[in-house]
Amino acid sequence: MTRLRRGFDRHWYAYAMVAPVVLVLALLVLYPLARGLWFSLTDANESNIGRTIGPNHIPSTYDFVGLDNYWHILSGAEGHFYPVLGWTVTWTLVCVALHYGFGLGLALLLNQRARFRTGYRIMLILPWAVPPFVSVFAWRLLLNGQEGIVNKALGGLGLPAVAWLSDPTWQKVSVILVNTWIGVPFMMVALLGGLQSIPAELYEAAEMDGASAWHRFRYVTVPSLRPISNTVILLGCIWTFNQFAIIFLLVGQAAGASSQILVTYAYQLAFSGVRDYSGSATYGALILSLLLVFAVVYKRRLGSPAKEGTA
Amino acid sequence: MRRGIAAAALALAVAMTGAGCGGDDKPADSDSGTITWWDTSDATTEAPTYQALVAEFQAKNPKIKVNYVNVPFSDAEQKFKTAAQGGSGAPDVMRSDVGWTPAFAAQGYLLPLDGTVAVDQAADFLAGPAGTAKYDGKTYGAPQVTDTLGLLYNKALFAKAGITAAPATWAELKTAAQALKAKAGVDGVYLNPDSYFLLPFLYGEGANLVDVPNKKITVNAPEAVKGVETAKDLVASGAAAKPAYTDGYANMQAAFKDGKVGMIINGPWSAADIFSGKSFQDKANLGIAPVPAGSSGKAGAPVGGHNLVVYAGTTHATAAEQFVQFMTSATTEASTAAKLGTLPARTSAYTPEITKNEVIKSFQQAMAVAQPRIALPQASDLLGPLSQDYVKILQGEPAQAGLDNSAKEFAKLLPGWTAP
Repeated sequence: MTRLRRGFDRHWYAYAMVAPVVLVLALLVLYPLARGLWFSLTDANESNIGRTIGPNHIPSTYDFVGLDNYWHILSGAEGHFYPVLGWTVTWTLVCVALHYGFGLGLALLLNQRARFRTGYRIMLILPWAVPPFVSVFAWRLLLNGQEGIVNKALGGLGLPAVAWLSDPTWQKVSVILVNTWIGVPFMMVALLGGLQSIPAELYEAAEMDGASAWHRFRYVTVPSLRPISNTVILLGCIWTFNQFAIIFLLVGQAAGASSQILVTYAYQLAFSGVRDYSGSATYGALILSLLLVFAVVYKRRLGSPAKEGTA
Repeated sequence: MRRGIAAAALALAVAMTGAGCGGDDKPADSDSGTITWWDTSDATTEAPTYQALVAEFQAKNPKIKVNYVNVPFSDAEQKFKTAAQGGSGAPDVMRSDVGWTPAFAAQGYLLPLDGTVAVDQAADFLAGPAGTAKYDGKTYGAPQVTDTLGLLYNKALFAKAGITAAPATWAELKTAAQALKAKAGVDGVYLNPDSYFLLPFLYGEGANLVDVPNKKITVNAPEAVKGVETAKDLVASGAAAKPAYTDGYANMQAAFKDGKVGMIINGPWSAADIFSGKSFQDKANLGIAPVPAGSSGKAGAPVGGHNLVVYAGTTHATAAEQFVQFMTSATTEASTAAKLGTLPARTSAYTPEITKNEVIKSFQQAMAVAQPRIALPQASDLLGPLSQDYVKILQGEPAQAGLDNSAKEFAKLLPGWTAP
């Protein structure tokens, strides 16, 4: 206790400095989080939550139901969680693999000495610079089943039209396609930065030792990129797992329930039909815990020094 | 614990309303000021007509300014709910679908209009639309337009395919669609894959979503399955175009306007949009008939339309009510009908001049087979889950399995009701 007081006496100015930030964070992050967690333990929905509209004061009448919501969802009785989770994981893995693969390939190309290198870089960053909703709507027009230019082009080649946004399987292909298009530039820029920070001496030394181009990539580039790769893959997984805009805007809300990922499904619960706030909050809590577990496991696996430098 | 949070939330809400709009409890001069109107009509073809009316209202009432906001119909229900429940950002006046009005009223979002100028000539409203604006014995809206679904067809394509009369049953519609495909080289019919547009198939078999007096969910009863199978067969057999499940409505309109499909099921609100298409430069090319009948021999289509409602939290109730009165007066409804081909919701607006309009005349005949909506606040919420299953059924899932799933979703919305 005295130590605590002494700490406060000595560092009061530091506390004073961080207080506004803590306050803002508490208001913007902690309060909604706590409220969401509380809702997940109740049966709150649109009609039993308290509200004041002009002269109408309607008190809250929802009840505490303990872990019922969690049990309902995790036991599979609710019927949507596991299929949606399965698709969310597939979506995340495929998207991040494509982001990283294309990003690394493009970064390697752009790291070469070439004419118009700056021009290429600017062009390749463009998809990232455009606001996602703009590009998603552009893609939605391009992929329209009847009028879209993609199907018109296929028709011109004598190929049958593809139901890009209608068929459940093609919906999934389309959302992955669009997300890859949007997500590659970030990976490319991050990896390009990593590539440029690798000292040229390493390559020279490897060349002196007679390493082929493949060997230089395998034994110099890949290990040197590892720290940055780890970070961008972790970020990529979290962002893609929670990538709301693309699926929500591209395939819409009413159609294609099988293409919903966890976050869009949670939104649908809260903001369509009779609004199920408790169910949606429970989904939110489950998404948060899944990501926390993932981040902790991933960090720990990477953090162990034994792994560093091997494999 | 719970009371504590509720009290804290209430205190916060009170503090925020107090800070946000100080002194809103006693509006001094409420027939002046700015009111916001959310219009949900088509932004390109219908909105200009309503904007002109807003200007006319402002000219007549210089103390009131109307802030016109066009909100897409598909987003408006959720947007209003979010704003109304949050207590900020909701409009003073909203154009509410007849299906939403009782649901909004049940949640306490709307101001009762009985005895106000908004509905000062209530007896003149058509009985059907007026019924949709009532909840629990009170009036919450003033009917602006009424509508139903009908069969819209391209007369030139019909002539090419050698079809002389509009199909009167779904079986005849299938034959006509196949003739259109074979002889005119276009798709026969385009079905919008949305549950509202599925209702004529159900009503044609004497089926409905629920049986209100007996508190029974009937969406997966044998008659309903039969109706959905008719729709499914039209798509599976190629008589109907393969619908787009995203942007289905827009693609249906585009195909019909360009003469790429012979028939669609749609309402009078779409007329203005259709006449902007290249196949309907000559308005006489549009044929309108009541929806086809099912195997029961009866045809049926849902009664739709819009009410103007006033938000319960408005600070300019009098101005809002005056605006509603103006927008739903017989003169206004008749003039919009003349311009847009919409059906007025007032008896006295059906002047001889209006009933000469082909679209209005045809849809008035189609109204003869219109069925009132289910008298439940949850009625419009039932359509959401049904749409999802309808899409899956059209994509190949057996009709019975899909509707069984809808029945399960309905049971969640209607606790205590029996499902077969």
